[in-house]
Parts: sequence; structure tokens; C-alpha cells
Amino acid sequence: MGLEQFKNRNVGQQEYVMLDLEHTPQSPMGKFKQVVKRTFKPELFVGLGVTMREMINALFRGQMHTIKYPFEKLPISPRYRAIHEMLRLLESGHYRCIGCGLCEKICISNCITMDTRYDENQRKEVSEYTINFGRCIFCGYCAEVCPELAIVHGQRYETASEQRASFSLFEDMLTPIDKLNLQQEYDGFGAVTPNADENIKKTPLAY
Amino acid sequence: MSEVKTVENMVSITIDGTTYQAKEGEYILNAARANDVFIPAICYLTRCSPTLACRLCLVEADGKQVYACNAKVKDGMEITVDTPNILEERRAIMEVYDVNHPLQCGVCDKSGECELQNYTLELAVDSQSYAIQDTKREVKNWSTVLHYDAALCIVCERCTTVCKDMIGDAAISTTKRGGEPLDKAYKETMPKDAYAMWNKLQKSIIAPSNGTDYTNCSDCGECTAVCPVGALTGRDFVYTSNAWELERVPATCAHCSSGCQIYYEKKHTSVFDRSEKIYRVTNEWNYVSLCGAGRYGYDFENRVESKDEAAFSAAVEAFKKAETIRFNSVITNEEALMLQTLKEKMGVKLVNPDARAFQKFLGAYAKAAGQSLYSYDFKEVMATDFVISVGASLRNDNPNARYAFNNIQKMNKGAGLYFHPVGDNLVPTFGKNVELFTHKVGLEEAALYLVLDLFADKEKLLEDVKSYLDSFKTTTTKTVKEKVMKDVTETVIDEETGEEKQVTKKVPEMVEKEVTVEKNALVEMLGKESDAFDAAFEKMMKKKESFSMIIGEDLYFHDRYENIAKLIALIEQTTPIRVAMIPPKTNSLGVALICDLDDEATGYTVGYNENGDFRLSALGNGDLDMPAMNQQEGTLTNMHKRVTPTNAALEYKGYELNDLMKVLVGAPELTVDWTEKLPVSKGFKRAKFDDLPNGYLNDGTENRGYALENITCEAEVVSVEKIDENGVLEGEIVYRCNPQRQFNDFTDKAHEIFEGFGLYAAPEKAKALGEKVEIDFGDRSITVDVIEDDRMEGDITALADFKSEADVYSLFGPSRYRKVTIRKV
Ligand code: SF4
Ligand code: SF4
Ligand code: SF4
Ligand code: SF4
Ligand code: SF4
Ligand code: FES
Repeated sequence: MGLEQFKNRNVGQQEYVMLDLEHTPQSPMGKFKQVVKRTFKPELFVGLGVTMREMINALFRGQMHTIKYPFEKLPISPRYRAIHEMLRLLESGHYRCIGCGLCEKICISNCITMDTRYDENQRKEVSEYTINFGRCIFCGYCAEVCPELAIVHGQRYETASEQRASFSLFEDMLTPIDKLNLQQEYDGFGAVTPNADENIKKTPLAY
Repeated sequence: MSEVKTVENMVSITIDGTTYQAKEGEYILNAARANDVFIPAICYLTRCSPTLACRLCLVEADGKQVYACNAKVKDGMEITVDTPNILEERRAIMEVYDVNHPLQCGVCDKSGECELQNYTLELAVDSQSYAIQDTKREVKNWSTVLHYDAALCIVCERCTTVCKDMIGDAAISTTKRGGEPLDKAYKETMPKDAYAMWNKLQKSIIAPSNGTDYTNCSDCGECTAVCPVGALTGRDFVYTSNAWELERVPATCAHCSSGCQIYYEKKHTSVFDRSEKIYRVTNEWNYVSLCGAGRYGYDFENRVESKDEAAFSAAVEAFKKAETIRFNSVITNEEALMLQTLKEKMGVKLVNPDARAFQKFLGAYAKAAGQSLYSYDFKEVMATDFVISVGASLRNDNPNARYAFNNIQKMNKGAGLYFHPVGDNLVPTFGKNVELFTHKVGLEEAALYLVLDLFADKEKLLEDVKSYLDSFKTTTTKTVKEKVMKDVTETVIDEETGEEKQVTKKVPEMVEKEVTVEKNALVEMLGKESDAFDAAFEKMMKKKESFSMIIGEDLYFHDRYENIAKLIALIEQTTPIRVAMIPPKTNSLGVALICDLDDEATGYTVGYNENGDFRLSALGNGDLDMPAMNQQEGTLTNMHKRVTPTNAALEYKGYELNDLMKVLVGAPELTVDWTEKLPVSKGFKRAKFDDLPNGYLNDGTENRGYALENITCEAEVVSVEKIDENGVLEGEIVYRCNPQRQFNDFTDKAHEIFEGFGLYAAPEKAKALGEKVEIDFGDRSITVDVIEDDRMEGDITALADFKSEADVYSLFGPSRYRKVTIRKV
């Protein structure tokens, strides 16, 4: 882009088209005629007819076009970033989070905190985990950085709360163990790409 | 003094085309680091011997490939850091390190501070060409503090090296892992050094060197500090926090007089408790080595929720009425100066037994030597190759003095004499040329006379000292067997030609010889055989150039301290030996310089972390709370004659001593405003606290606070007295001495330090004593548990003094040794 163009702040090309409108009547008689003409056009009944038809379609033929929020919700894109969920491993049912703390580190609004400890099985245990949804800006960094696809964004997008701070604990976000079969794999932020296999370099296995 | 210090000559070297100055005899790696040039290196530790485990530090010097960590610089040397061949080696080495070592290490405690990760990225390793089956490697807890995850270990041997060369325990070593042998084909295809390194790596693993699962060591944790990966960590810290969450507060360890530089690393306690807590202590391990007290004794803070006004007014009243303030040396210079101001303005007495003894000793020394402070700091001691220790229980009194003693043996091909009444089986393991004199209590003067006899330039000695030394010598004749080489001529027949030939051969033969031997009664008095020692000493003195002496608390708490101080001054005047002293407690040196101390407490007493009618306490058990050392800023004077700053790691919400000062005599706003008021006449500088640095430079220069000025005056002609053998103690003797890792109430409060209060004894003695004993000091007695210390030897037992409540100092009075009656209970 040249400098002159850059400096021209009338960015769009203004190609106005003149509509061919009939002239507004000037005489009182002319005005009166126009009112009468518009009032008694049959278009009113066409409109009423359409409304009646759609009403019948919606009420009796099952062709409703709106949803009954909050009893019904629209499905949203997997890429939408709503309230977080903590997923479990499908095989063992153990929570996926390994306590690496990357989400805590990356969180742009500093709303994740966690405590970890060395447990009896020599593993790192996540003993406490919270997200303050009053501060979360749903940027999705945590889901993207998570190496285990443990923290993901779920479908719950109502985030209104009565207080500024609104903490969720690990248990609140974790897939209930009895609903493990309903756990959905997440396709949104940070999920593996469909061609992930091609991008992996294999290490030699000589044995 | 400067004539005994080795002058370091500088040479110039060229690295990648740029010319730099380097110390002569320095390793290339250290020279590069001092000049801020980066050479990859994993296994080398400054101040320890090179092990050549990693081989990453390959460079080309004058056309030859050498290891930068063990090749010394020469004048005019041309060094290239990267050549195509070296880059190939390095890349292969890093690939090998990454074999079976996960790099997606989500839970490792290094959390990104990992040298394996860093070098993998630095050398751009993005594919792996080598593979071998992994062996199962177990996680082990080697001691109460050490956690070893063998699966992460890259066998760089830094831990074993520091433990041997610096700490002196040699408690861990490499052992066989039982790994798969390498595929033979690799030998041909791989770069040479990478193959050699892998071959060794694949076979080894680290384990306690005593063959058990437990190290039974000093628990200093230095091995965990140097580990480049997350293999060796502190047990308490494992998986509790990522490194990046922790805030590092540079400070000075407040437990012993070494005053090591440390970082307190802190963050919130938990999700629910947002108050801050210290998670661990770290250090600049290339330049300073901590002990277990410094590393694990960090949670001694005094948590106070608010200012207790009633207690404060009671304290003000108590100070107004006080005749004496009793305190100990775990106190900053600033606070010491406040107490001194109280003395000047309100006329109270200041009582601090440890600093008082040191003050008197230092005073006597200063008068005789003509300088206000001892000559060497411990860094200078560490650079010598002959070290003598008198009057210090090296293992317990001061870890860094012990590290210096050990390091001299390991790194400088050194030799050492250790004079102490309590037998120790660790010190002799420091080196081949270490001689232990386990002498009778009270013969410290004899030890010093022996040093004079061995090292003094006899010309410089006064006649009476010379003849006194001579009076110990007797000559006797003795028959010894000696091997001589004798020429024997034989006639032999050459097998091939059949000719006869005369052949002369040298044949060894033993002959008996009469020799005159000089017997030195001083050596015998100190419990060694004169001949044997002479022979050993001759070997020890080979190729020795610089000499140092460490002296400790036994000499300050001694009936004859004045004569001893003079003897020390005399040794410095007539021998090449230079002396470094171990101040008894954390800031004894600072207190001794700043305060006019009194001998006896009288009347109403305010105790600061000590017993008293009104108690100020940083332990939370007094009448008015005070901040602990990790909640205070201020300066400490350490044994290296340095004034070092320390910062507050944790918040403190109560009153400080300065608040009391404001009410009592008027004081500046902040405690650290006192820093610039420290007495210049005693060697302090008029420096603002905020201007004091606290760190190390790349070449190892200690850039912390400032060094005290050693003020010189006219030295007197030293006239010393003879050995007083009346002070010799025999029978049941108790020694006032703390176990390793315990120095004061604060180390005791820390949850990772387990050494108990009690009577420490060598295993046999402990068995004989039973579980609990009453020690009768004559006027008073104390009942304590008997604790076995398998590094002690002999009959003398050691009573800990770290609990101020037990008031062990006053049980012992002016000496560190007491004859007592011990009864089983
Ligand atoms: S979505 Fe963003 S702001 Fe919210 S918790 Fe994750 S990283 Fe933090
Ligand atoms: S990034 Fe994932 S695995 Fe790591 S702590 Fe967060 S949720 Fe757990
Ligand atoms: S434990 Fe750490 S320091 Fe020791 S050899 Fe293994 S990697 Fe090196
Ligand atoms: S803790 Fe100290 S003494 Fe024990 S093995 Fe480690 S370095 Fe050696
Ligand atoms: S106790 Fe002494 S040797 Fe140990 S870390 Fe502290 S200052 Fe250093
Ligand atoms: S640093 Fe020189 S061989 Fe490892």
C-alpha cells in the first residue's frame, strides 16, 4: 500500500445508487389519495395470512424455529470456551491431571491455584485445585497448554454469579465417576490435530 | 602477610578469536566462565575435581581436542569452542543422555530448571538415533532428607563429587546398575567420546557407598543442590511446588558463623491458606556449600498475628527496670548496636557468654598480633595446602571450616593436622595425609607449641621459647633395618653364543643400622609416637607451599586463653602459617566488635531469646514476640570477616526491637537505618543497607556486603608462658558441643532437623551409659537422653547446648570441658 492510499482515511469506495422513488405528493388531494391507496391494499391480509400459516406450522406441525431457553439449549461448537471440565482416563477412571502446574502458570488472569503432594504410590497427587471463575476470562490457554487433555472447556456457558469471586473445586469440574461413559472427548482448544500422527517423529526401538 | 599468599599470574588466551585474561593454572572452563564465555558442561563443579563424566566440554586448544574442565590454560593458548567434530560429539552425547530419559517431564521437581532440558534445546537435539532397553530403576529414600529417583539420574557424578571433594562424607558413589550392554555396532558408528560416555552411563547408578540402602551421612543436602536433573531432591520438597511458583529471597543463613549465602524460596501455604511459607532453601552451589542446618532449618519463623500492645508496654517497663540484658549471638549487627546503645544510654549490662569469651580472646590476640582481626578468611584457608585445626570439633562446630579442611586434602594435594580431645572417625578419611592428635583435655597449649616447633623459623623465636622447645627433645639411638642396594657381579653364559660374560646386578639387601633418633616429648605428650609422627610429617610436608590454621571455641573457653592467644600471634609472626578463627555462634564476631559485654548478669534481667525475668523471644514462647531471622532484615558478620546482608522472607506483624528503642531512647524509622551507624573504629563501613549486594560473580568473587577492615596497630613483643599441665582433665569428661545440623533453638524448631537434645557418645560409650543419664556438674545437674554418634570415638561425651532453656552454657562456665559424674537413671 502506498503512503497516499495509507493516508486516505475514506477507506470504502462510496458507490451510492439513487433509488427510483416516486415523488412525494405535494397537493392535499394527492396526499389524501396516497393514504387511501395504502390503507386498502390487500397486502395487510397477505401478512396476516403468513403469520397464521406459520403459527399453525409451529404449533401443530412441529416446525418450531426458536428454542425454549432455559429449558432447551443450542448445541455449541466444540471450539467454544465455556466453563472448564476435568476429564478422567477412560481405562482406569483416574483423573487425567498429573499436577504439572502448567495451567496454573499460563493462566493469564491468575485464577488457577493448586496444591500437590507426593502420594503413597510415588505419584504426584493433586490435593487441591481451584479456578476462580470470577476472574477467568475464558481465554482457553489452560486447555491449550495442558499436556494431558485433562482440563478442557465444557459446554456450560452461563457464568453469571452472585459474587465477584466464584470458585470451583476439582471435584466440581471432574467428570463424575458414574458418568464416565458419558464423558465426551474434547475437540476444542489444545486438542490433538487430526493429522497429529504424521507430525510425530519416532524414536528408535532397538529391542 | 601478602608474602605467603600465592600471587596469581594472569595469562592471555584466545577463545574463538577474542583474547581474554585468565589466571595461570586455571582450567579452560573456569577461565571461560570468568570471562562470560559459554562452553557446554554438565559434570564439572567449581572447587571440585573434574570427573570427565559428561564430556560435553570438549574444545579444541592449540589444535588438540581437550576437555575444558580438566585442561589448564597456557599463555597464548588458542581455543575453539565449536568444531564440526566437536559439535557432532556433543550432539551425540546429548542424544545419549536423552535415551530413556523422558523429556515430557510433567511432574519432575526441576520444573524447567533442568540442565538436561536446557542442553537438549541448546544443542538442538530434535531426533534420536540411539536406543537401548531400559532397566527398572527404583526410587529410594536414602535418609530423612534425601530422595533419589534413579530413573531420572544421568550419572553425571556431581553428587558423588561434591560429597567427596567438598563435604568430605563420600557417602555416595557410583555402583553397577546391571543395564543391558550396548549394541556392538554402535562402537563403529558413534562418535568416540559419546560411545565411551554412554558405555559408562549404561553401567552405573548412584548408591550409598556403605553398601546399605541408607547414606548415614551429614545430611547436608548439597548433593541435591548440585543435581542437574530431578533425580536427587529433598524428601520434604518432592512434588510440592514448581520452581517457577517460588519467589527467591536472597539472605544469609543465620545458624552458624559461616554466614552462607542462601535463597529462601517461598510461596503461599496452600489453596486455602494464603499466608506465605518457605518451601526450600537453595544456594549458589558452585561457590558456597551449605550444611544440613542451613538447607533444612528454614521454618523457624515466629508467626504473630498482631501487635500486642499490653506486652509491649510491659516490655518497656521491663527495660526501664532492667539491670542486665542477656542475649545470644543469633542476632543482627543492627540489633547488637541497639543493645549497645541501650547500654550507653541506660547503663544496662550486656551478657552474652559465647561472644564474651570470643571478645576476650580476640582482644588478647589483637594486642599481641597488632591487628584487630585474624589474618585469613576461610576462602584463603581453602587455597592453602597445609591446614592445622586446633580446638575445634570440626565436624560439629562449623561445617564450612570442615569443608575447607577436607577440600584442601582433596584438591590441593594437601595435608592436615587435627588436634582435638574428642576422637573422630570422619576427619581421618578426608585424606591420606591427615594426622589426628587425640590429646588430653587441657593440652591445647602443647599443640600450639608443637606447631611452633614444627614450623617456626627458629631465628625469629626468642631464646627462652627456643630453649623451652629444645627441652622436649631427647636423642636416643635405635637399631633399624634398612634396605640397601648392593652390586653383585656374576658370571653367566650367554645361551646363544656360549660365551661367558660378567653381569653386574643390583640386589636389595636388609642391613641393620644404628641411627640416632630425636624424640619429641611434645608429640608424645599429645598422644602420638614421636618416630612414627616424624616419618609421617616428613611425607606431609612434601611440596607444601602455603599453610593455614583453623582455631575454634575450645581455645576461647579456656583458662589459659590469654597465653593461647599470644601463642597464636607468635605462630603467625614466626611461621608461614596464617590463622582463621571460628566465631562460636552466628554473629559472635559482630557482637564482639559492637558490644561492650559484661561477665555476670545481675539484678532484674531481660532475656532476648535467652532466660530472663522478662523474655523477648523470636521462638514464640516469651513475654514479647520478636521476629525470627527469616523475618528480619539486617546484616550479620560472618567468620569470613564479612558483613553480609539478609532479607526478610516472611512477613512479621508484631513489634521489633527497634520499636522498643524508639520508646526507650529514640531510634530511626527502620532497623536497617542502623546499618550505617555500625562502628567504623571497629572495621565496619559507613554503608547503607540498601546498597549492600548479596551474590556471586561468574568468576566466583563473593560480592556480598563488604569485608571488615583489619585495623592494625603496633604489635607487642610476644612473651608466652609455658604449658600449664594443671589444667589437664582426666576421668569422666563432658564436652559442650552440638550434634551436626543443630546450632540453636531455631534449628531445633525446624521440622526437617531431627537431631535431639542430649548427651552424644561414641557407640561403645553410649551402650555403657544406657538410655538416660544424670550428669552431675557438682553444683547442678541435668538429666538427658544418651544418643549414639557413630562418628565419635573415645570416652568423652558431648552435651548439646542448642536449647537455651537448658542453659548449658552456665553449667559449663568458662570452659568447654567439665569433669562430671554421670549416673544412669
Ligand atoms: S481460560 Fe484463561 S483465564 Fe480462564 S482459567 Fe484458563 S487460562 Fe485462566
Ligand atoms: S496443565 Fe493439565 S495436567 Fe497440568 S496441572 Fe493443569 S490440568 Fe493438570
Ligand atoms: S543423582 Fe543427579 S547429580 Fe547424582 S549422578 Fe544422578 S544426575 Fe548426577
Ligand atoms: S546429604 Fe551431604 S553428606 Fe549426605 S550424601 Fe548428600 S552430599 Fe553427601
Ligand atoms: S549453618 Fe553455617 S554452614 Fe550451615 S548453611 Fe548455615 S551458615 Fe552455612
Ligand atoms: S564438564 Fe568436562 S567432562 Fe563434563
